[in-house]
Amino acid sequence: MALRFEILGRFNRARAARLTLPHFLCETPLFMPVGTQGTIKGLTTHQLEDIGCQIILGNTYHLALRPTSELIDEMGGLHKFMNWPRALLTDSGGFQMVSLLHLADITEEGVTFQSPVDGKPMLLTPEESIQIQNRIGADIIMALDDVVKTTITGPRIEEAMYRTLRWIDRCIAAHKRPKEQNLFGIVQGGLDPVLRDICVQGLVERNLPGYAIGGLAGGEDKDSFWRVVAQCTASLPESKPRYVMGVGYPLDIVVCSALGADMYDCVYPTRTARFGTALVPEGVLKLKHQSMADDTRPIDSTCECMICKNYTRAYLHCLVTKDAMGSQLLSYHNLYYMMQLSRNLHSSIIEGKFPEFVCDFLRKMFPEGDVPEWVCNAMEVAGIDISSCSTPLNSKLNLHTSSG
Amino acid sequence: MPPAERREDSIDGAVAQTQVHSEQESTNMKFAIKAWCKSGRARVGLLQLKSSSSLGQGGPPAKEIEIETPALLLTTRKGLPAFISPDHLSFLPSPDSRLLQFSPMHFMEGPNSKTISNIGGVHRLLGLQGYGFVAVPRDSILSLPESYSSNKNGASFETPCGRFLVKPLEYMKMITSMKPDLWVSLADEVPASVTAKRNKTSVDRTITWLDDCISLNPRERALFGSVVGGCSVEERQRCAQEVAKRNVSGYYIGGFGLGDSIDERSTFLHAVTDSLPKEKPRQVCGLGLPEEVLQGIAAGIDLFDSTYIYHLTLEGFALIFPLNGKCKQHVSDPQLCATAGDYTKINLKATVYRKDASRIVEGCKCYTCQNHTKAYINHLLNVHEMLAQILLEIHNTHHYLSFFRLIREAITEGKFEEFRQNH
Repeated sequence: MALRFEILGRFNRARAARLTLPHFLCETPLFMPVGTQGTIKGLTTHQLEDIGCQIILGNTYHLALRPTSELIDEMGGLHKFMNWPRALLTDSGGFQMVSLLHLADITEEGVTFQSPVDGKPMLLTPEESIQIQNRIGADIIMALDDVVKTTITGPRIEEAMYRTLRWIDRCIAAHKRPKEQNLFGIVQGGLDPVLRDICVQGLVERNLPGYAIGGLAGGEDKDSFWRVVAQCTASLPESKPRYVMGVGYPLDIVVCSALGADMYDCVYPTRTARFGTALVPEGVLKLKHQSMADDTRPIDSTCECMICKNYTRAYLHCLVTKDAMGSQLLSYHNLYYMMQLSRNLHSSIIEGKFPEFVCDFLRKMFPEGDVPEWVCNAMEVAGIDISSCSTPLNSKLNLHTSSG
Repeated sequence: MPPAERREDSIDGAVAQTQVHSEQESTNMKFAIKAWCKSGRARVGLLQLKSSSSLGQGGPPAKEIEIETPALLLTTRKGLPAFISPDHLSFLPSPDSRLLQFSPMHFMEGPNSKTISNIGGVHRLLGLQGYGFVAVPRDSILSLPESYSSNKNGASFETPCGRFLVKPLEYMKMITSMKPDLWVSLADEVPASVTAKRNKTSVDRTITWLDDCISLNPRERALFGSVVGGCSVEERQRCAQEVAKRNVSGYYIGGFGLGDSIDERSTFLHAVTDSLPKEKPRQVCGLGLPEEVLQGIAAGIDLFDSTYIYHLTLEGFALIFPLNGKCKQHVSDPQLCATAGDYTKINLKATVYRKDASRIVEGCKCYTCQNHTKAYINHLLNVHEMLAQILLEIHNTHHYLSFFRLIREAITEGKFEEFRQNH
């Protein structure tokens, strides 16, 4: 194990912790921006430090293609190659393959696919994935899992879950740097609580440094989503970090943190920036919209970032989607927003003000009190009273019946 | 007030108005020459700008920017560099990197003049209160003079959002709302290939529009009068002499870099600079390459904009020419040949840099060289990541600014001609 996880504060299931990794001392809950090809699009490492990023994600599939893991190894590892002094996490490469390559196929051996470079048949095995990740050198590496979309039903889900458990042993055996890199297992099992439970038990038996909840954030309905997260966080060990992969929207992060998750990653903040959408307490602000052309306010008057302190919506409106600088400035703000959210989650839990934070968050996002039902249900399970900021469910029902 | 009436006023009142102007036209700008080179044309100067962002706004006290010339104006897209964000801009050498050039036509797509006024002008718009902004109609990337459609009413420009005919009054509205530190009068810039008649017309129009601009000039902002005249010594001289009669703070020399040849250019440059008062600053557009800059400085130009850096950056080139004055390395360097580079620049896309852990230029103090290797930038270029352009624009700008600094030192030490030979 190459990490330490110390819980500094709690509120029911939510926890604020110190996660000590080989390259950085992190505070959870935390959001990890995705730097697919060894860079966060349009931002320098200096800016990422300024914003407060603690861990960055690199995509194994992309890096193995270019510049190759061997080259990264020769150059001293990804930290040195991209000059990022803080923590890195790499995924296994499996998910990208399955989602990016329509001819990918999963067998017991591994993921077979056609090389996008020359069309040759290739195979990514658990062993190969770990070897690639060993060469890249991230603080946290992910086991190769058999991931299926949550929208799929039938025996495939069970097959994938058991295969994930068989593969974790192969990953563990192949892992050459357990003292420098933390191998996280990934809980699969679709939306089936029985399968999820078997998977959790199986992974926990292997005593891994940390656990991820995978197979979500793929189109399932929100009600199913939160229930899987709740179930997993309830049964995963307290003393180890829990990482919900592919999450996501600020609202989802707040809910999952209330339920006891610690780490998140998603392309959403940076991707949506490139389309001209800014993250704000109310939700999103579409800077491309014509109404922004004369708006001399900052994106968010409560945001302390360089962008909100210096630029108006009107100016950003003329840049976004047209000039590279627009992408840069908006990505900067959106990531700052996510880092600030992480900081707020951490500090509000430690200061014993977590429910107030959640209510304040929901109030800003749903000023009419129309907090979605799934959020209300999840908060109830999390033991957070949000009655001050949401219209109670039965009065919603009354409105419905009286308006006939 | 309808434009026609205003024109009457300005022509009748021109003399009176220029008299009033002479006391106030340099409220925010001072220029003084510090050193001359032996030939008597190249000079080192000091340009002082009182940052006008707070003039009349009741804001924080005005900042002063002091820049030594010859100086490079950084090119911008809509006021900010193409790739260097404001925080990284502040890491570039200062005050060398504090002069930015933009064209008001960058903002044809918005924000409109009223909104820019509400925000408080370009300094506030761009969050760069400590910087000097020079407004020039012509911009070699986003606002290209399109002389076929220009007419007596205005100059035509080709922009990414279409072709626009810009009249002096309209131009002045933009300038008034944007509040740049220095601005250039509207000019009819024509390519080298036009007829003598069209060339003469361009001079007449440019002078008329200068008078229009002067009559509408917001007094606290320094105006540079435009001098055109194409490839005709007579027209160049005529224009320069006419403009020299007007009370302006400096001169903008237009019409170069539009199909004229570098070999013949010195003649026309001298025709202009020899007809202009020595004590006022001269700016030129379209002389971007190192040899063109040297040519311009030798003719007595003080301020340059250049798209050289932008184009190098887009194509993956990084400047490496030695800054110590000793230039010509063996051109037969196999590594350089293999990379489509030469002794001034390297192309970081070349496979030879895949594993090169060295800096672009050893000892370079720019953010890029202090933090990243050729190998990393090679990777970024190969996977088409924006960070490649960011890092390259930073380095190239830093390097080119250092080039200008060396030139100024050479002039001050009386070694400019020697320096020019070596480059």
